[in-house]
Amino acid sequence: MINLKKIRKAILTAVWFMFLTFPLMVMKVNTIENTVQWRWINLAYIGISAFIFSLFWEDLLKRRDNIASKDKKKSINNKISRKLENKKIRNISLFVLILIVVLFPFIMSMYQTSIITTALMYVVLGLGLNIVVGFGGLLHLGYAAFYAVGAYTYGLLYYHFGLSFWLCLPLGALFSALFGIILGFPILRLRGDYLAIVTLAFGEITKLVLENWNDFSFGPSGIANIPRPMFFGIKLKLAEVTNFTYFIAIGLTILTIIVIKRLESSKIGRAWEAMREDEIACQSMGIDITKAKLTAFSMGAVWAGIMGVLFAAKTTFINPASFTTWESIVILCVVVIGGMGSIPGVIVGALIFILTPEYLRAFSEYRMLIFGLALVIMMIFRPGGIIPKIRKTHQFKVKEVKE
Amino acid sequence: MNLEYFFSLFLGGMTRGSIYALIALGYTMVYGIIKLINFAHGEIYMIGAFTALIIGGALSLTSMNPVAIFIIAAIVAIVYSAAYGYTIEKIAYKPLRNAPRLSALISAIGVSIFLQNYVLLSQTSDFLPFPNLLPEFGFLKPVENFLSTTQFLILLSTAVVMILLTILIKFTKMGKAMRATAQDQQMAQLVGINVNRVISMTFIIGSATAALGGVLITTHIGQINFYIGFIAGIKAFVAAVLGGIGSIPGAVLGSFVLGLTESFGTGYISSDYEDAFAFIILILILIFKPSGLLGRKENEKV
Amino acid sequence: MSEVPILEVNDLSMVFGGLRAVDSVSLKINKGEIVALIGPNGAGKTTFFNCVTGVYVPTHGEIKINPPEGKTAILNGLKPNTINEKGLARTFQNIRLFSSMTVLENVMIGRHQCLKSGILSSILRTPKQRKEELKVLEDSYRILEKIGLEEYANDLACNLPYGGQRRLEIARAMATDPFLLLLDEPAAGMNPQETNDLVVLIQRLRKEDNISILLIEHDMSLVMTLSERIYVVDYGKMIAMGSPLEIKNNSQVIKAYLGEDIDA
Repeated sequence: MINLKKIRKAILTAVWFMFLTFPLMVMKVNTIENTVQWRWINLAYIGISAFIFSLFWEDLLKRRDNIASKDKKKSINNKISRKLENKKIRNISLFVLILIVVLFPFIMSMYQTSIITTALMYVVLGLGLNIVVGFGGLLHLGYAAFYAVGAYTYGLLYYHFGLSFWLCLPLGALFSALFGIILGFPILRLRGDYLAIVTLAFGEITKLVLENWNDFSFGPSGIANIPRPMFFGIKLKLAEVTNFTYFIAIGLTILTIIVIKRLESSKIGRAWEAMREDEIACQSMGIDITKAKLTAFSMGAVWAGIMGVLFAAKTTFINPASFTTWESIVILCVVVIGGMGSIPGVIVGALIFILTPEYLRAFSEYRMLIFGLALVIMMIFRPGGIIPKIRKTHQFKVKEVKE
Repeated sequence: MNLEYFFSLFLGGMTRGSIYALIALGYTMVYGIIKLINFAHGEIYMIGAFTALIIGGALSLTSMNPVAIFIIAAIVAIVYSAAYGYTIEKIAYKPLRNAPRLSALISAIGVSIFLQNYVLLSQTSDFLPFPNLLPEFGFLKPVENFLSTTQFLILLSTAVVMILLTILIKFTKMGKAMRATAQDQQMAQLVGINVNRVISMTFIIGSATAALGGVLITTHIGQINFYIGFIAGIKAFVAAVLGGIGSIPGAVLGSFVLGLTESFGTGYISSDYEDAFAFIILILILIFKPSGLLGRKENEKV
Repeated sequence: MSEVPILEVNDLSMVFGGLRAVDSVSLKINKGEIVALIGPNGAGKTTFFNCVTGVYVPTHGEIKINPPEGKTAILNGLKPNTINEKGLARTFQNIRLFSSMTVLENVMIGRHQCLKSGILSSILRTPKQRKEELKVLEDSYRILEKIGLEEYANDLACNLPYGGQRRLEIARAMATDPFLLLLDEPAAGMNPQETNDLVVLIQRLRKEDNISILLIEHDMSLVMTLSERIYVVDYGKMIAMGSPLEIKNNSQVIKAYLGEDIDA
């Protein structure tokens, strides 16, 4: 496996990386105090890691290509999905899952529950964006704007009119969907990356408006003291309300999954996918692409709106800083890492994507570094996402013709 | 109308535009060839700026001539950024050439996060001032109210880079190979073009120009931190799309349109919405010209 | 023949920049007819199709339909999906299937127009919507059976053999319930056996589904066996029209195909 040629290459790689990282890793200049610090030991670390990395890199790539060309039926996903087709196994795993979900907040700490609630919110956000990106094939980089619309719907309606969380939940969805349609209209003609950058622009403009239109949104200082969700009009204690928010998040997640699953296997879901595959053929088959695009935008926006309301209620404070392009990119990462178009994929993607950095807190300052690296490695070795979409199959018996 | 104010805004806009152009070139060249939005491109620019700061800072402790220091720092920064661009392509993008396009985009986002934190951890999160190395040019004295030395330098170097790049692309063998690869990668390969080399070269050139932008903006603004790449990257991307992504003259035109819009917008309308002007002009132009100012309209063969 | 033609194209032109890709072409199709549009490569046949099906908006001319059931309509300037709704369905020369969807799903998309359920009823899964979905599945499967692709129903469209993909294009178009089917080089890339099967299929479709067919094809044996009438275009202009026999002996057609200098 390891031969001389490879070692030579690894040494060269090590030297290259030592050269590459020299100014940044070894030198540290303080231009205020005019000092230079030399950290030679870093050079050794870089050399050794690059050497090891190079030894295995190409083998790993080769292995990846071999696996890709092999029969896909042997993959783990398929094994799992086939196991789940067995009713008994399916029921048992469902039961265990429900048990864990219900007991979780009572076993784990409030902090843990709060993190899981956040992760669940990203599950819903991911599923919503998945409608636009995964089904519709429209690269959307401004999804956080819809999230903001939801959050500000609750924040402002509470502030001005004292509307409750439960009332704002559907209103947030509605406003967000309308916003999706408004955004959708001017960009119907745009394709691919042009669409991506315009959605990004819309996202940024939304944020800038929220930041600067003080009379409307209270600017960068945002809105504070937004009430947490109430339980049939009863105000709960902090520990209780954390658990309650968790269950709301669970409920909304389930609702999202059901609704999106149904949309996916309906007329409109097929239209979205056809649009992704080939716009011209799609139109020639009688699908109104304008309608398909606008519904994709608005149906995707609905979930961001709902989650925005929940976000405002959970954190009790909102300001524009929570709805940056970076936030949109995080949600997009959830979708792509999980597996575009795949509902279970997006769920797993969100959980991993949001929970990993949380639990990497042990490495505190290194966590984003590791995270960036993980994204790259993940995409190289599983470009289709963690759980790529499995297409639905239909069984037909040779039926007797009725006529 | 105050003419002097107008001129200073105009030149300010041109300066901004020049920097955007230097970064946008890399975006557009990479996009033209492998259809990848290289999200990490802004980070290359940041690394260029940082390398210049480190080298310049270290050398300024010696008794060297400041102008010589500046030139050395700029050259080292350009070489390093090019090396980073080359290496990143080999590690993070090359294995993804046959993967779905969004996967490559996420990989680029990963690289961007990685590089930001790499600089943050290896250096500092604070803003660092760039040592003042350049003397004021005497001949700019009469116009110093609206054109500073660094601005002049930025405009001049951008013009030189544009001319060199045009020559490279129009008249050299490598340029021809690049154009061929951009049109049809497979076909280019069939006629004997080493596509891997062309792609590497594109990353090297794009990164080098971005680094030049980084060095120049650092001297102009005077301070940098690890985060400057993100917003500059997005702006340059906007500029590239504005002009028609994949088109080199388009990227330059888009950058100047963007720079001037921002400059006049903040100068005459409101400085609160500085960033919004960029995005509004982008949306307006794309609504009326969906493939950018100079982008070729994609006539899909049916 | 006092019959009203179901498709009537008058004086159609399509100009791209300075190029007249289609130059005042007129064409008629009667109910139940199979008509072929032939001509050398680049003669403007596909552009003509694109004008009729709404992919391009023609520069000049009129496209009129008289559907067997339904009202007379002018198609100029309508969107492709509206034209499809009016009963014109097409296939593509360079196959444009929804390649990462299954064969069955491709056909189901063709049924899109026939479904009435909206988003809300899909979310609520109303009994009506469920019934409709079941019917779509069944209808689509029937269409696949008719075209002979039922065994591939659950395969991805991109995994079909080439001939199969061409047939799936036809199946998908048929799923939209057209009265006029426009086939753009349906036999391209097929072997002789597959081409023969295709001839049988097209004839069956006309008989069983009461449709008319306009086809572009380079395979002359297919064109001669199938079509009742043939239109020939060259450089965007219509140069001849007639029965297969007439076209075979038309000197202008021979010139267009073989060039001026060769004495045919």
